[in-house]
Amino acid sequence: MMVLGPGLLGLGSLFAWAMAGLPAFGDYHGPYGFVLNRVVVPLRHTTNVVMGTTFDVRGVDTMGEEFILYAAVVGVTLLLRDETRSKQAERRTRRLPNDTARLVGIAMVGGGLLVGLWLMAFGYITPGGGFQGGVLAAGAILLLYVVGSHRDYRPFRDVHALDPLESLGSGGYVIVGLAALASGTAFLTNLFGLGTTGTLLSGGSIAILNWASAIAVTCAMVLLFAEFLETYVVPLEPEDSGS
Amino acid sequence: MSYLPYAVAGWIFLVGIAGIATSKNLIHLAVCLTVTQSSSYVLLLSVGYVKHGVAPIFLGTKLGTTAVDPVVQALTLTDVVVSVAVIGLILALALDAHRLSGTVDPDGIADVSG
Repeated sequence: MMVLGPGLLGLGSLFAWAMAGLPAFGDYHGPYGFVLNRVVVPLRHTTNVVMGTTFDVRGVDTMGEEFILYAAVVGVTLLLRDETRSKQAERRTRRLPNDTARLVGIAMVGGGLLVGLWLMAFGYITPGGGFQGGVLAAGAILLLYVVGSHRDYRPFRDVHALDPLESLGSGGYVIVGLAALASGTAFLTNLFGLGTTGTLLSGGSIAILNWASAIAVTCAMVLLFAEFLETYVVPLEPEDSGS
Repeated sequence: MSYLPYAVAGWIFLVGIAGIATSKNLIHLAVCLTVTQSSSYVLLLSVGYVKHGVAPIFLGTKLGTTAVDPVVQALTLTDVVVSVAVIGLILALALDAHRLSGTVDPDGIADVSG
Protein backbone atom coordinates (compact mmCIF):
# COMPACT_ATOMS: atom_id res chain seq x y z
CA MET A 1 0.00 0.00 0.00
CA MET A 2 2.88 2.34 0.84
CA VAL A 3 4.33 1.82 -2.61
CA LEU A 4 1.06 1.51 -4.53
CA GLY A 5 -0.41 4.93 -3.71
CA PRO A 6 2.55 7.07 -4.78
CA GLY A 7 3.15 4.71 -7.70
CA LEU A 8 -0.37 5.14 -9.02
CA LEU A 9 -0.14 8.88 -8.47
CA GLY A 10 3.12 9.03 -10.42
CA LEU A 11 1.76 6.84 -13.22
CA GLY A 12 -1.41 8.92 -13.36
CA SER A 13 0.54 12.17 -13.64
CA LEU A 14 2.77 10.78 -16.38
CA PHE A 15 -0.31 9.56 -18.23
CA ALA A 16 -2.00 12.96 -17.90
CA TRP A 17 1.18 14.62 -19.15
CA ALA A 18 1.30 12.31 -22.16
CA MET A 19 -2.39 12.80 -22.94
CA ALA A 20 -2.00 16.58 -22.79
CA GLY A 21 0.31 16.29 -25.79
CA LEU A 22 -2.26 14.44 -27.91
CA PRO A 23 -4.56 16.29 -30.28
CA ALA A 24 -8.00 16.93 -28.74
CA PHE A 25 -10.65 14.24 -29.07
CA GLY A 26 -12.05 14.18 -32.60
CA ASP A 27 -9.21 16.30 -33.98
CA TYR A 28 -7.60 13.49 -35.94
CA HIS A 29 -4.35 14.14 -37.82
CA GLY A 30 -3.01 10.69 -38.73
CA PRO A 31 -2.84 10.23 -42.50
CA TYR A 32 -3.34 6.44 -42.58
CA GLY A 33 -7.00 6.46 -41.60
CA PHE A 34 -7.93 8.95 -44.30
CA VAL A 35 -5.79 7.19 -46.91
CA LEU A 36 -7.25 3.75 -46.14
CA ASN A 37 -10.81 5.05 -46.14
CA ARG A 38 -10.15 6.37 -49.66
CA VAL A 39 -8.20 3.53 -51.23
CA VAL A 40 -9.40 0.24 -49.68
CA VAL A 41 -12.79 0.14 -51.44
CA PRO A 42 -11.44 0.92 -54.94
CA LEU A 43 -8.34 -1.28 -54.52
CA ARG A 44 -9.78 -4.27 -52.64
CA HIS A 45 -13.54 -4.08 -53.27
CA THR A 46 -14.33 -4.69 -49.57
CA THR A 47 -16.84 -2.19 -48.23
CA ASN A 48 -15.84 -2.89 -44.61
CA VAL A 49 -12.56 -1.00 -44.48
CA VAL A 50 -11.74 -2.36 -41.00
CA MET A 51 -11.71 -5.92 -42.35
CA GLY A 52 -9.87 -4.80 -45.48
CA THR A 53 -7.23 -3.38 -43.15
CA THR A 54 -7.18 -6.43 -40.87
CA PHE A 55 -6.87 -9.08 -43.57
CA ASP A 56 -5.00 -7.24 -46.29
CA VAL A 57 -3.21 -4.02 -45.40
CA ARG A 58 -1.96 -5.44 -42.10
CA GLY A 59 -2.57 -9.11 -42.88
CA VAL A 60 0.78 -10.23 -41.49
CA ASP A 61 -0.07 -8.67 -38.14
CA THR A 62 -3.35 -10.57 -38.06
CA MET A 63 -1.47 -13.79 -38.75
CA GLY A 64 0.67 -13.12 -35.69
CA GLU A 65 -2.49 -12.43 -33.71
CA GLU A 66 -3.96 -15.76 -34.79
CA PHE A 67 -0.86 -17.50 -33.57
CA ILE A 68 -1.16 -15.78 -30.19
CA LEU A 69 -4.64 -17.26 -29.95
CA TYR A 70 -3.34 -20.62 -31.14
CA ALA A 71 -0.49 -20.59 -28.60
CA ALA A 72 -2.88 -19.69 -25.79
CA VAL A 73 -5.22 -22.56 -26.69
CA VAL A 74 -2.28 -24.97 -26.86
CA GLY A 75 -1.15 -23.71 -23.45
CA VAL A 76 -4.58 -24.16 -21.87
CA THR A 77 -4.93 -27.61 -23.43
CA LEU A 78 -1.52 -28.69 -22.16
CA LEU A 79 -2.35 -27.50 -18.67
CA LEU A 80 -5.88 -28.83 -18.41
CA ARG A 81 -6.54 -31.70 -20.81
CA ASP A 82 -7.03 -35.00 -19.10
CA GLU A 83 -8.39 -37.91 -21.15
CA THR A 84 -9.75 -39.87 -18.18
CA ARG A 85 -11.68 -36.88 -16.95
CA SER A 86 -13.39 -36.32 -20.30
CA LYS A 87 -14.54 -39.95 -20.33
CA GLN A 88 -15.99 -39.44 -16.89
CA ALA A 89 -17.72 -36.31 -18.12
CA GLU A 90 -19.55 -38.23 -20.82
CA ARG A 91 -21.31 -40.36 -18.23
CA ARG A 92 -22.66 -37.37 -16.34
CA THR A 93 -25.80 -35.59 -17.48
CA ARG A 94 -27.67 -32.61 -16.20
CA ARG A 95 -30.97 -31.00 -17.15
CA LEU A 96 -32.17 -27.47 -16.65
CA PRO A 97 -35.29 -27.93 -14.49
CA ASN A 98 -37.36 -25.14 -16.04
CA ASP A 99 -38.89 -25.97 -19.46
CA THR A 100 -39.43 -22.33 -20.44
CA ALA A 101 -35.81 -21.52 -19.71
CA ARG A 102 -34.76 -24.50 -21.82
CA LEU A 103 -37.00 -23.46 -24.71
CA VAL A 104 -35.82 -19.84 -24.69
CA GLY A 105 -32.24 -21.05 -24.35
CA ILE A 106 -32.51 -23.39 -27.32
CA ALA A 107 -34.00 -20.59 -29.44
CA MET A 108 -31.05 -18.43 -28.40
CA VAL A 109 -28.61 -21.14 -29.44
CA GLY A 110 -30.14 -21.18 -32.93
CA GLY A 111 -30.25 -17.40 -33.11
CA GLY A 112 -26.69 -17.05 -31.85
CA LEU A 113 -25.33 -19.51 -34.38
CA LEU A 114 -27.22 -17.80 -37.19
CA VAL A 115 -26.03 -14.30 -36.28
CA GLY A 116 -22.52 -15.68 -35.80
CA LEU A 117 -22.53 -17.22 -39.27
CA TRP A 118 -23.92 -14.00 -40.74
CA LEU A 119 -21.18 -11.95 -39.11
CA MET A 120 -18.56 -14.34 -40.51
CA ALA A 121 -19.98 -14.56 -44.03
CA PHE A 122 -20.65 -10.84 -44.53
CA GLY A 123 -17.74 -9.69 -42.38
CA TYR A 124 -15.93 -7.86 -45.15
CA ILE A 125 -19.09 -6.19 -46.47
CA THR A 126 -21.05 -5.06 -43.40
CA PRO A 127 -19.86 -4.67 -39.79
CA GLY A 128 -18.57 -8.00 -38.54
CA GLY A 129 -15.82 -10.41 -39.47
CA GLY A 130 -14.39 -13.82 -38.74
CA PHE A 131 -13.21 -12.95 -35.24
CA GLN A 132 -16.49 -11.48 -34.02
CA GLY A 133 -18.64 -14.13 -35.71
CA GLY A 134 -16.42 -16.91 -34.36
CA VAL A 135 -16.75 -15.72 -30.79
CA LEU A 136 -20.53 -15.43 -31.13
CA ALA A 137 -20.91 -18.89 -32.66
CA ALA A 138 -18.73 -20.40 -29.94
CA GLY A 139 -20.84 -18.58 -27.35
CA ALA A 140 -23.98 -20.13 -28.82
CA ILE A 141 -22.39 -23.58 -28.56
CA LEU A 142 -21.50 -22.89 -24.93
CA LEU A 143 -25.12 -21.87 -24.35
CA LEU A 144 -26.11 -25.32 -25.58
CA TYR A 145 -24.20 -26.68 -22.61
CA VAL A 146 -26.02 -24.30 -20.26
CA VAL A 147 -29.54 -25.12 -21.46
CA GLY A 148 -29.05 -28.72 -22.51
CA SER A 149 -27.19 -31.60 -21.05
CA HIS A 150 -23.56 -32.47 -21.44
CA ARG A 151 -24.73 -35.12 -23.90
CA ASP A 152 -26.31 -32.55 -26.26
CA TYR A 153 -23.16 -30.50 -26.13
CA ARG A 154 -20.78 -33.43 -26.51
CA PRO A 155 -20.63 -33.59 -30.33
CA PHE A 156 -19.52 -29.94 -30.39
CA ARG A 157 -16.57 -30.42 -28.13
CA ASP A 158 -15.12 -33.50 -29.80
CA VAL A 159 -11.39 -32.76 -29.66
CA HIS A 160 -10.72 -35.16 -32.53
CA ALA A 161 -12.65 -32.79 -34.78
CA LEU A 162 -11.74 -29.50 -33.06
CA ASP A 163 -7.97 -29.96 -32.95
CA PRO A 164 -7.56 -30.47 -36.72
CA LEU A 165 -10.12 -27.73 -37.50
CA GLU A 166 -8.27 -25.26 -35.29
CA SER A 167 -5.05 -26.11 -37.09
CA LEU A 168 -6.81 -25.80 -40.45
CA GLY A 169 -7.97 -22.30 -39.55
CA SER A 170 -4.57 -21.08 -38.41
CA GLY A 171 -2.66 -23.03 -41.03
CA GLY A 172 -5.06 -21.96 -43.80
CA TYR A 173 -4.07 -18.37 -43.20
CA VAL A 174 -0.41 -19.20 -43.72
CA ILE A 175 -1.22 -21.30 -46.80
CA VAL A 176 -3.00 -18.35 -48.44
CA GLY A 177 0.09 -16.27 -47.69
CA LEU A 178 2.43 -18.93 -49.09
CA ALA A 179 0.27 -19.30 -52.21
CA ALA A 180 1.01 -15.66 -52.99
CA LEU A 181 4.70 -16.34 -52.40
CA ALA A 182 4.60 -19.37 -54.72
CA SER A 183 2.97 -17.35 -57.48
CA GLY A 184 5.91 -14.98 -57.45
CA THR A 185 4.57 -12.04 -55.42
CA ALA A 186 5.08 -11.01 -51.81
CA PHE A 187 3.72 -13.01 -48.87
CA LEU A 188 -0.06 -12.51 -48.37
CA THR A 189 -0.49 -10.44 -51.54
CA ASN A 190 -4.14 -10.43 -52.53
CA LEU A 191 -4.29 -13.11 -55.20
CA PHE A 192 -7.76 -14.01 -56.28
CA GLY A 193 -10.17 -11.98 -58.36
CA LEU A 194 -11.44 -8.94 -56.50
CA GLY A 195 -15.05 -9.49 -57.60
CA THR A 196 -17.92 -7.03 -57.39
CA THR A 197 -17.90 -4.46 -54.59
CA GLY A 198 -20.56 -5.07 -51.97
CA THR A 199 -21.19 -8.76 -52.77
CA LEU A 200 -19.99 -11.96 -51.10
CA LEU A 201 -17.72 -12.51 -54.12
CA SER A 202 -15.46 -9.57 -53.34
CA GLY A 203 -12.14 -8.95 -51.69
CA GLY A 204 -10.19 -11.91 -53.17
CA SER A 205 -7.92 -13.34 -50.49
CA ILE A 206 -9.70 -11.30 -47.81
CA ALA A 207 -12.76 -13.58 -48.04
CA ILE A 208 -10.64 -16.72 -47.61
CA LEU A 209 -8.58 -15.25 -44.78
CA ASN A 210 -11.80 -14.14 -43.10
CA TRP A 211 -13.15 -17.70 -43.18
CA ALA A 212 -9.84 -19.16 -42.04
CA SER A 213 -9.85 -16.93 -38.98
CA ALA A 214 -13.56 -17.57 -38.40
CA ILE A 215 -12.83 -21.32 -38.19
CA ALA A 216 -9.73 -20.77 -36.06
CA VAL A 217 -11.51 -18.47 -33.60
CA THR A 218 -14.65 -20.62 -33.29
CA CYS A 219 -12.61 -23.76 -32.63
CA ALA A 220 -10.25 -21.95 -30.27
CA MET A 221 -13.13 -20.63 -28.17
CA VAL A 222 -15.01 -23.95 -28.12
CA LEU A 223 -11.78 -25.73 -27.15
CA LEU A 224 -11.12 -23.24 -24.35
CA PHE A 225 -14.68 -23.66 -23.01
CA ALA A 226 -14.48 -27.44 -23.29
CA GLU A 227 -11.19 -27.71 -21.42
CA PHE A 228 -12.44 -25.47 -18.61
CA LEU A 229 -15.81 -27.17 -18.35
CA GLU A 230 -14.26 -30.59 -18.07
CA THR A 231 -11.72 -29.51 -15.49
CA TYR A 232 -13.83 -27.30 -13.35
CA VAL A 233 -17.57 -27.62 -13.86
CA VAL A 234 -18.01 -31.34 -14.42
CA PRO A 235 -16.47 -32.62 -11.16
CA LEU A 236 -18.88 -30.40 -9.22
CA GLU A 237 -22.01 -31.79 -10.85
CA PRO A 238 -23.91 -34.52 -9.03
CA GLU A 239 -24.39 -37.86 -10.82
CA ASP A 240 -27.71 -38.05 -12.62
CA SER A 241 -29.48 -40.99 -11.00
CA GLY A 242 -32.05 -41.22 -13.81
CA SER A 243 -29.62 -42.05 -16.61
CA MET B 1 -14.41 18.03 -22.42
CA SER B 2 -12.39 17.21 -25.48
CA TYR B 3 -9.89 15.22 -23.41
CA LEU B 4 -12.52 13.28 -21.47
CA PRO B 5 -12.17 9.95 -23.40
CA TYR B 6 -8.40 9.96 -22.72
CA ALA B 7 -9.04 10.62 -19.04
CA VAL B 8 -11.53 7.73 -18.96
CA ALA B 9 -8.90 5.44 -20.51
CA GLY B 10 -6.33 6.54 -17.93
CA TRP B 11 -8.78 6.07 -15.08
CA ILE B 12 -9.72 2.53 -16.22
CA PHE B 13 -6.01 1.68 -16.50
CA LEU B 14 -5.15 2.95 -13.01
CA VAL B 15 -8.17 1.26 -11.41
CA GLY B 16 -7.18 -2.02 -13.06
CA ILE B 17 -3.57 -1.72 -11.87
CA ALA B 18 -4.73 -0.93 -8.33
CA GLY B 19 -6.96 -4.01 -8.45
CA ILE B 20 -4.10 -6.24 -9.62
CA ALA B 21 -1.74 -4.93 -6.95
CA THR B 22 -4.17 -5.40 -4.07
CA SER B 23 -5.74 -8.65 -5.33
CA LYS B 24 -6.09 -11.54 -2.92
CA ASN B 25 -7.53 -13.94 -5.47
CA LEU B 26 -6.08 -15.10 -8.79
CA ILE B 27 -9.47 -15.07 -10.54
CA HIS B 28 -10.03 -11.50 -9.33
CA LEU B 29 -6.54 -10.66 -10.54
CA ALA B 30 -7.34 -12.01 -14.01
CA VAL B 31 -10.52 -9.91 -14.16
CA CYS B 32 -8.54 -6.83 -13.07
CA LEU B 33 -6.07 -7.48 -15.87
CA THR B 34 -8.99 -7.49 -18.32
CA VAL B 35 -10.16 -4.15 -16.88
CA THR B 36 -6.64 -2.75 -17.32
CA GLN B 37 -6.53 -3.98 -20.91
CA SER B 38 -9.96 -2.45 -21.62
CA SER B 39 -8.39 0.97 -21.17
CA SER B 40 -6.39 0.36 -24.34
CA TYR B 41 -9.62 -0.16 -26.32
CA VAL B 42 -10.97 3.17 -25.11
CA LEU B 43 -7.67 4.91 -25.82
CA LEU B 44 -7.24 3.40 -29.31
CA LEU B 45 -10.79 4.17 -30.38
CA SER B 46 -10.70 7.72 -29.04
CA VAL B 47 -7.36 8.44 -30.72
CA GLY B 48 -8.85 7.40 -34.08
CA TYR B 49 -12.09 9.33 -33.73
CA VAL B 50 -12.72 12.06 -36.28
CA LYS B 51 -15.29 14.71 -35.47
CA HIS B 52 -18.59 13.90 -37.22
CA GLY B 53 -16.95 10.84 -38.76
CA VAL B 54 -19.03 7.79 -39.69
CA ALA B 55 -18.03 4.12 -39.31
CA PRO B 56 -15.47 3.13 -41.96
CA ILE B 57 -17.93 0.90 -43.80
CA PHE B 58 -18.84 2.16 -47.23
CA LEU B 59 -21.94 0.14 -48.06
CA GLY B 60 -24.64 2.72 -48.59
CA THR B 61 -22.24 5.45 -47.54
CA LYS B 62 -20.65 7.50 -50.30
CA LEU B 63 -16.92 6.93 -50.70
CA GLY B 64 -15.06 9.99 -49.47
CA THR B 65 -17.42 10.64 -46.56
CA THR B 66 -15.43 11.57 -43.44
CA ALA B 67 -14.98 8.34 -41.51
CA VAL B 68 -13.06 7.40 -38.39
CA ASP B 69 -9.65 5.69 -38.55
CA PRO B 70 -10.02 1.98 -39.50
CA VAL B 71 -6.45 1.18 -38.38
CA VAL B 72 -7.12 1.69 -34.68
CA GLN B 73 -10.37 -0.26 -34.99
CA ALA B 74 -8.47 -3.20 -36.47
CA LEU B 75 -5.92 -2.86 -33.66
CA THR B 76 -8.71 -2.89 -31.08
CA LEU B 77 -10.01 -6.09 -32.64
CA THR B 78 -6.56 -7.65 -32.21
CA ASP B 79 -6.45 -6.36 -28.68
CA VAL B 80 -9.77 -7.98 -27.73
CA VAL B 81 -8.78 -11.35 -29.20
CA VAL B 82 -5.41 -11.34 -27.46
CA SER B 83 -7.08 -10.33 -24.20
CA VAL B 84 -9.45 -13.32 -24.38
CA ALA B 85 -6.61 -15.71 -25.18
CA VAL B 86 -4.45 -14.41 -22.35
CA ILE B 87 -7.28 -14.51 -19.83
CA GLY B 88 -7.94 -18.15 -20.78
CA LEU B 89 -4.30 -19.02 -20.18
CA ILE B 90 -4.19 -17.14 -16.86
CA LEU B 91 -7.33 -18.87 -15.60
CA ALA B 92 -5.86 -22.24 -16.58
CA LEU B 93 -2.71 -21.37 -14.64
CA ALA B 94 -4.87 -20.28 -11.68
CA LEU B 95 -6.62 -23.66 -11.72
CA ASP B 96 -3.26 -25.39 -11.77
CA ALA B 97 -1.96 -23.22 -8.94
CA HIS B 98 -5.05 -24.08 -6.91
CA ARG B 99 -4.52 -27.79 -7.53
CA LEU B 100 -0.89 -27.59 -6.43
CA SER B 101 -1.18 -25.25 -3.46
CA GLY B 102 -4.86 -25.41 -2.47
CA THR B 103 -5.20 -21.64 -2.56
CA VAL B 104 -5.95 -18.90 -5.10
CA ASP B 105 -4.30 -16.20 -2.98
CA PRO B 106 -1.20 -14.96 -4.88
CA ASP B 107 0.60 -14.39 -1.56
CA GLY B 108 -0.13 -17.94 -0.40
CA ILE B 109 1.16 -19.53 -3.59
CA ALA B 110 4.59 -17.99 -3.11
CA ASP B 111 5.18 -20.36 -0.18
CA VAL B 112 4.73 -23.49 -2.26
CA SER B 113 7.88 -24.82 -3.86
CA GLY B 114 8.35 -27.36 -6.64
